[in-house]
Amino acid sequence: MIIQHPAVCGTLESSDVMITVSPGDGEICIDLDSTVDMYYHDQIIKVMKELLALEGISSAKIKAVDHGALDCTIKARLKTALVRSSKEV
Amino acid sequence: MSKLVGSIAEAVQFAGVKDGMTISFHHHLRSGDFVLNMVMDEIAKMGIKDLTINASSIHPGHAPLAKHVKSGVVTCVETNYMSIEVGQAVSEGYMKKPMIFRTHGGRPSSLAEGKSHIDVAFIAAPTSDPMGNFTGKIGKSACGSLGYAFEDAYYADKVVVITDNLVPYPLTDFSVPENYVDYVVEVDAIGDPQGIVASTTKMTKDPVSLRIAELAAKAIDASGLLKDGFSFQTGAGGASLACAAYVRDIMKERGIKGSYALGGITGYIVDMYREGLFEAIQDVQCFDLKAVESLRDDPGHFEISSTQYASPTAKSSAASSLDAVVLGATQIDTEFNVNVHTDSRGYIIGGSGGHTDVAEEAKLTVIVAPVSRARMPVVVDKVLTVSTPGKDVDVLVTQYGIAVNPARQDLIERFTQAKLPVKTMQELKEIADKLNGVPAEIKVNKNKIVAEVLDRLDQPLDVIYAVE
Repeated sequence: MIIQHPAVCGTLESSDVMITVSPGDGEICIDLDSTVDMYYHDQIIKVMKELLALEGISSAKIKAVDHGALDCTIKARLKTALVRSSKEV
Repeated sequence: MSKLVGSIAEAVQFAGVKDGMTISFHHHLRSGDFVLNMVMDEIAKMGIKDLTINASSIHPGHAPLAKHVKSGVVTCVETNYMSIEVGQAVSEGYMKKPMIFRTHGGRPSSLAEGKSHIDVAFIAAPTSDPMGNFTGKIGKSACGSLGYAFEDAYYADKVVVITDNLVPYPLTDFSVPENYVDYVVEVDAIGDPQGIVASTTKMTKDPVSLRIAELAAKAIDASGLLKDGFSFQTGAGGASLACAAYVRDIMKERGIKGSYALGGITGYIVDMYREGLFEAIQDVQCFDLKAVESLRDDPGHFEISSTQYASPTAKSSAASSLDAVVLGATQIDTEFNVNVHTDSRGYIIGGSGGHTDVAEEAKLTVIVAPVSRARMPVVVDKVLTVSTPGKDVDVLVTQYGIAVNPARQDLIERFTQAKLPVKTMQELKEIADKLNGVPAEIKVNKNKIVAEVLDRLDQPLDVIYAVE
């Protein structure tokens, strides 16, 4: 999968995460803003990095604004954002 | 003689407010209150500083207080509840002295026992006559009960009544009589009606809250207390209010006639009274317009002072006859200690209000809370702040089951017999961890104490530290 243009998935609702994906500069760069950062920062980063690796992505800019989404939600939002970002416009 | 003065500034001057004094306010106008802000602005303009504010609660509408804290006009706050708007400034260490948290019953007790003292009380009154007989039942800013303002009038050295509905002498249906009042000031508005009372209190539609509420009602039923003569208190928020709806269904179905409802009163409790489910409503505070109207119109719905509500040193209180109470929690730990003061980052976001009082007094104290809120752990190993000690909490009801304080073996037996989903606190915590993942440990920086939490008898219960 190649990220071609910026794409967004998710909302700013409680228990959801809004993820914006855009083309990277040759590395993975994750900017995380989470209401549960003090409890789950490492876990959220880990979940996102695992999914990116699984999709074979090594270059991306990711902005995640999280309001307490569970791992399954984070994965679903990130995957959809990735699919949207790689589609032809 | 005349008690009428021309302005708030004159009242501040005549009442003799000076550097270092303690002045007080009540919170019946809630977030719509103008009086605290108006008085503090005048005081700041006059150059008075180093004041202690003793207020029954601090609400979001009191946000301008943060600037007086930062400028040193206010160097201490004593209150029973403080929302994040001012709580943030305190948590970030801007106030010179540690603030003091009491409870709704502890505050009047402390004043009566002389453990705390008010130099000048500024009392927002929706209606007053020129000699200071005042009430909250009528007027354009009517808020209903003035339960938390009684003791300010009784115990302060000087009492200033501020009203936007001055009526001819004498006002007959008063809450506090003229003999306690020194000065009366008429202003254009003491508050914004929109912020004072909600027009209606809405019942939650959140399925998790409803599930918790239904289980809580079943637990109250299984406790054996839900029979003729039943007395009950519940909050206005989410699962607490929804629990009243399920209790109402059970009472109607079985024709149970309760004795009284207590506390902050909503239209929902008024409906239960009017259906004959309760003989009386003991009202220390009205939460919505229907409660205000009912306090005026319904003979069994009456105003009580905060002393009568829940003072631990009164000869008796309405709380001391209470059967069941339903309360919330920001956090609850495996020892059943409840935190309603701080959020998970350690910021001050609330306070006990009457939580600690009724939890200790009621025969059955039910905490309703989900195991987590948007991944934020609610059931934890150790609460950040102890607001209500675990010894006073009997039951935690979550969406996944009910944890019973091991001290209440009788309840465990009753709940098991009623086939309710009884779980240990540890089991509930494991369910949350499985759902959310195990949360990282939070480090609390114990460099600076910003608040002292006192118990009902003014003894230290816990402290709150500055957030870095």
